[in-house]
Amino acid sequence: MDKRKLEESLFKGLMIASILIVTCSLLAVIVVVVLKGVPALSLSMILQTSKGGYYLGKEGGILNAIVGSLYVAGGATALAFVISLPVALYLEEYAGRSKLASFVRLSLDVLWGVPSIVYGAFGFTIMLYLGMRASLLGGIITVALLVLPIMIRAMDEVVRMVSLELKEASYALGATKLETVLKVVSRQALPGILTAVLLAFGRGIGDAASVLFTASYSDYIPASLLDPVATLPLAIFYQLATPFPKVQQRAYASGLILLVMVLLISVASRLLTKKFTKYVIR
Amino acid sequence: MIGVFKPQISIQKLNVIYEGHHALKDITVDIPKKRITAIIGPSGCGKTTLLKSLNRLTDLVEGVKVSGKILVDGINIFDNGIDITDVRKRMGLIAQTPNPLPMSIYDNIAYGPRIHGAKDRKELDQTVENCLQAAGLWNEVKHKLKEPASKLSAGQQQRLCLARALAVKPEVLLCDEPTSALDPISARHIEKQLLILKEDYTVIFVTHILRQAKRLADYVIFLYLGEIIEHGPAETVFTQPSNPRTKAYIEGVFG
Repeated sequence: MDKRKLEESLFKGLMIASILIVTCSLLAVIVVVVLKGVPALSLSMILQTSKGGYYLGKEGGILNAIVGSLYVAGGATALAFVISLPVALYLEEYAGRSKLASFVRLSLDVLWGVPSIVYGAFGFTIMLYLGMRASLLGGIITVALLVLPIMIRAMDEVVRMVSLELKEASYALGATKLETVLKVVSRQALPGILTAVLLAFGRGIGDAASVLFTASYSDYIPASLLDPVATLPLAIFYQLATPFPKVQQRAYASGLILLVMVLLISVASRLLTKKFTKYVIR
Repeated sequence: MIGVFKPQISIQKLNVIYEGHHALKDITVDIPKKRITAIIGPSGCGKTTLLKSLNRLTDLVEGVKVSGKILVDGINIFDNGIDITDVRKRMGLIAQTPNPLPMSIYDNIAYGPRIHGAKDRKELDQTVENCLQAAGLWNEVKHKLKEPASKLSAGQQQRLCLARALAVKPEVLLCDEPTSALDPISARHIEKQLLILKEDYTVIFVTHILRQAKRLADYVIFLYLGEIIEHGPAETVFTQPSNPRTKAYIEGVFG
């Protein structure tokens, strides 16, 4: 076999090996979570809050963490969305190739790389300064900060894909920049914007370190924004940290619940927005 | 020079420079009212730039420098006090490739009137119907106005774009090789509509297809490397060109 053919098959082999590593590790995670979690899964886990002694192996569930996670991640995603969309649209349509735009993008890329525990510590410091206690609100704001760079950069990429011809069509009819951006660009980029939101939501609901100090933990479902709140990643952590195998198994069940929740929300929102995305020009 | 035609647009010493590339050089020409003016010339000679200068879409290009005047009914569109959205409203654009908006057929037409303040549902319905009629598309789409515009064929999409341009009641229609992405039958459709529409609109038509220019044009501007080589009534330019380069181009020596 000559050198070029050898090269070709060698690299093809390498690529296949890499793909196998990726898919197998994903499968392995799912298999472990399902195998270890399903036996411990029960209706009471989903329908009941943690009662006294739950972490010692007594009855109860993690409804407080399920609802808490939805509150924190949902609130944070909504808050981040309200900030991200204007930033992404501004970057692309108004700032263009300016120095400001590249500076903002660089800052966002740096922020993307900041570990979530640093966000947690930062949020905690600010909250101490303001005299706030760890609460749902603190968690929402901190997680929103954590997912902001992800959401903005993901939106930025899809908004950039909207073709000049399409924007010209709107401008040529006498539309202003704002009208073009809100009525044409954001509509055309809608599927990508949705992906950005889901990406951020997934990151937000799965993060433990950012909510550790800022949202704290609670056995109850929060009644107000200022109550502390439990989240699933922390519930998993606390259950795994106990010395009781029975409780540790519930940690896997909690992981499974988290996995299924992210999946369900992803599928549901895709179905819901199908109505709006059918107009997208391909 | 313009002879028997009444001018509507008067371009005076127009220069357009893109980051180092001098795309249009000292363009001075009058464009007649309610006639079809064809801008012809080989690729890259500045035809599209000239067309897009007329509704100031060239503003969207970063690093572009424009100097000179374009008078529309005597008013310079580059003047400081000019509302650019108003200029563009008066100049409908049909692009090279059909570019429907990401919305339904109905909303594509209603988009323009709506941004300019139309709210009355019945009036909008009427506008949509009239414009689709004028673009020769009504019978094909009247039963599916709520469907996405992207589902139409390329030829239908281009007629939709024509209807959409008509909906804001422009005075001028700027057509940038509007048939180049279409099959011959769809292209004929568009040509036919333009010949009807010139009764009410000033049509400026960019093309590199000479036969098309001969079929449609009343007035011809020949551009070459950013300069106007010759302009005049179509019969004169096509039968007795005064410049040897025009003659060469028309006879197919280059281009």
